[in-house]
Amino acid sequence: MEPFTRLDAVACPLGLANVDTDQLIPARFMSRPRAAGYGSFLLHDLRYDDAGATRGFLLDTPRHAGARILVARRNFGTGSSREAAIYALWDFGIRCVIAPSFGDIFASNAVKNGLLPAQVTEEAAETLIAALERMAAPRLAVDLVTMKIGGAGSDIGFTLDPVRRLQLLNGWDDLDLTRRHAAEIAAFRARRLAAHPYALPAQD
Amino acid sequence: MTAKPRTLFDKLWDAHVIVTREDGEALLWIDRHFVHEGSHHAFRALDGRGLPLAEPGLTFGIADHYVPTRGRPHIPDPEIAGMVSRLADNAGRHGFRLFGLDDPAQGIVHVVGPEQGLTLPGLTIVCGDSHTSTHGAFGAFAFGIGASEVAHVLMTQTLWQRKPKRMRAWFDGRPGPHVAAKDLALHLIRTIGADGARGHALEYAGAAIAALSMESRLTLCNMGIEAGARLALVAPDETTFAYLRGRPFAPEGAALEAAIAEWRGLASDPDAAFDREVTIDAAAIAPTVTWGVSPEDALPIDAAVPDPAAAGSAARADYLRAALTYMGLAPGQRLEDIRIDRAFIGSCTNARIEDLRAAAAVLRGRRARVPGLVSPGSSLVRRQAEAEGLDRVFIEAGFVWGESGCSMCVGMNGDTVGAGERCASTTNRNFRGRQGKDARTHIMSPAMVAAAAVTGRLTDVRALGEA
Ligand code: SF4
Repeated sequence: MEPFTRLDAVACPLGLANVDTDQLIPARFMSRPRAAGYGSFLLHDLRYDDAGATRGFLLDTPRHAGARILVARRNFGTGSSREAAIYALWDFGIRCVIAPSFGDIFASNAVKNGLLPAQVTEEAAETLIAALERMAAPRLAVDLVTMKIGGAGSDIGFTLDPVRRLQLLNGWDDLDLTRRHAAEIAAFRARRLAAHPYALPAQD
Repeated sequence: MTAKPRTLFDKLWDAHVIVTREDGEALLWIDRHFVHEGSHHAFRALDGRGLPLAEPGLTFGIADHYVPTRGRPHIPDPEIAGMVSRLADNAGRHGFRLFGLDDPAQGIVHVVGPEQGLTLPGLTIVCGDSHTSTHGAFGAFAFGIGASEVAHVLMTQTLWQRKPKRMRAWFDGRPGPHVAAKDLALHLIRTIGADGARGHALEYAGAAIAALSMESRLTLCNMGIEAGARLALVAPDETTFAYLRGRPFAPEGAALEAAIAEWRGLASDPDAAFDREVTIDAAAIAPTVTWGVSPEDALPIDAAVPDPAAAGSAARADYLRAALTYMGLAPGQRLEDIRIDRAFIGSCTNARIEDLRAAAAVLRGRRARVPGLVSPGSSLVRRQAEAEGLDRVFIEAGFVWGESGCSMCVGMNGDTVGAGERCASTTNRNFRGRQGKDARTHIMSPAMVAAAAVTGRLTDVRALGEA
C-alpha cells in the first residue's frame, strides 16, 4: 500500500451532506473488473445524464481538473460496505476526503487502500468550502505528520484514529502484521472450539 | 473481588480477542464468515497471494445480491450470470458450503443465517455487506466489512478491529397497533440522525424490545447501520432460544442446553456503563415513512414534508431543497397526499414470514392500485408463505410473487424502480439511485407498503379499517 505523508493538491469543495456509497458508485457498475479503472463511475449519476453527456458537475469543471482532495459535509461514505466506492475515488485520483464525519466502514476501507479520511469540525468544513470557492486556484495542503490542513488562511487541524494514522504513514498492510501472530491464532482457535463447541456449526 | 460490570458487547468482545496491540487494535477471531457474489474482489486477492481459504468449515456462500427473482434458473444478463457462477466456482475450489441459486434454502444472507441456525448468540459474524448488523438480534457480534477485510478473513479467519464505544437505545412502553419494528427503527434514526450511533455498538433494550419476536429484532438490528452504528445487538433471551431449536446448523440436545446456559450470561450486567444512552417512548411512535434521501429524513405519516424556507441554516436549506427536488416533492406537502407508482415488499429488512403476514393481512380482500412485487427473504420463507396461502393473497391483490434475493433493494439484479418513479418499499435505504437510476424511494413497514399499494398514495394503515 502507498504511504501517505503530505499532499499539496487541487481541492474540490463538494459541499454535499450524506454522500452515500450508492452515489459514490451506483451498484450497476460493481460487476465490472477493476482493471479498466473505476474513475469514470465516481458519482456517476451526478456527473452524467442518461445519454452519458457530462452535466458539468463541480468535479468536472476545468477549475477542479486534477483534484486529489475533496471537501464534503457530514456523514460522507455512509451506507453500503462496497469498497468499490474507494476504488472509484482512487482511480479518479482522489487521495484525501475532508469531512465532519464519515461512515465507519468507508473510513476503514479508505485507510486500507491508502486514502486519507480527514475529520474536521463542522465549522472547519464550512470554512474550507467557503475558502475554496473564493480561491482563484483552489488548492489545499494536507499534512498527516502535523495533522494540519493549510492553504485556507490559518492552518486547520484534523483528526484520525492514531492506529489508522500510523498505517497510512507507513503504508502497512494488515496481513503482514497478522501473520506474525499465527501461533497465537492457532492456539486461540483450539481453545475456543474446545470451550464453546457451538462455535463450530453443526452439520446439516 | 468482584468483576467490573460489563455490557453485552464487552462480553462478546472479550471472548474473541486473540491479541491486543500496543496501539489498542485487537485481533479478533471470526466464528462465521458469509460471502456472496460481490465478494469476488476478495477471492481474487486470496488467489493472487496463492493462499488457501483458512477455514472452509466456517465460511458460507450465498447467492443473493445478483440473482434474478423471475424466470430462474435462467439468467439473461451475462455479466450477472458470471457473478453468480464465479461464486459457485469459488465455493467448489475452496470447499465451502454454498446456498446457490438451486438450493431450497437459498435466500438473502441475513435471512438465511438465522433461519439455518448458523447465526447464534455469542458468535462473531462478518460479511461483506453493511447489514450484517442484522445478526446482532441474537446477541451475536456481527458487522459488515469491506473487500480488503473479507480477503483478510478468507486468509486468516481473523480481523484487526478497534473496540467501538457502547450505546444503548432503551425503548419503554408498548407500541400501538400497526406500529412495527421498522417504525421503531425509523423513529430512532430520525431522533438521533443517520450518523447518531456512529462508532458505537448499539444495544436495543427495554420492555418494548423484550416483547418483540426474533423477526422484529432482526429488522431493528438491520436498521442499526442506518443510524450509523458499527453493529447492533439485542440480548439473547427465551424468545431467542425458542427460535433456535431445530434449526439445521444449531446445536441440539445436551449441546444446545449447555450453550443456552452459557448464553444466559451474555446480557449486560445491571450496572454496566454505556458511553451513550437514549430513551424512547415506544407508545408515542406512529407509523413512520421517509420522504427524502437519507433514512433520517423520516416523519410520522400524518406529518408534512419540510419547507426549506423554515430551515435553521443555509446548509440545511440547501440539503432540503436538493432532497425535495430529487424526490419530486413540494415544500410542506402532506405525506398522505404523495402518490406512488409501485410497491415493493422484500429485502433483509422486512421479508421474513412475519412481514409477509403483516402485509397480507392488509391486502386480503383488497386490490393494489399500483404494480407491486413481493420477493420473500428466503426460498424457505417463500414456501412457508405458500403453505399459509399468502401467495394467493398477494397475487389476488395484483402483486407479482417473485423468488428470493436482494431484488429491488439494490438495483443490481434486474429488479429496479424506473427513473422518476416513486416506490413504497420495505427496504432500508432511500438513497439517491439505490433502487435504480433516479428512482424515488419511501421506506416504511410491510403493512404500510400494503396500505400505500391499496390507495395508491402514502397512507396511514391504521385508518384503512377492515376490508
Ligand atoms: S437485501 Fe439489500 S440490504 Fe439486504 S443484503 Fe441484500 S442488498 Fe444488502
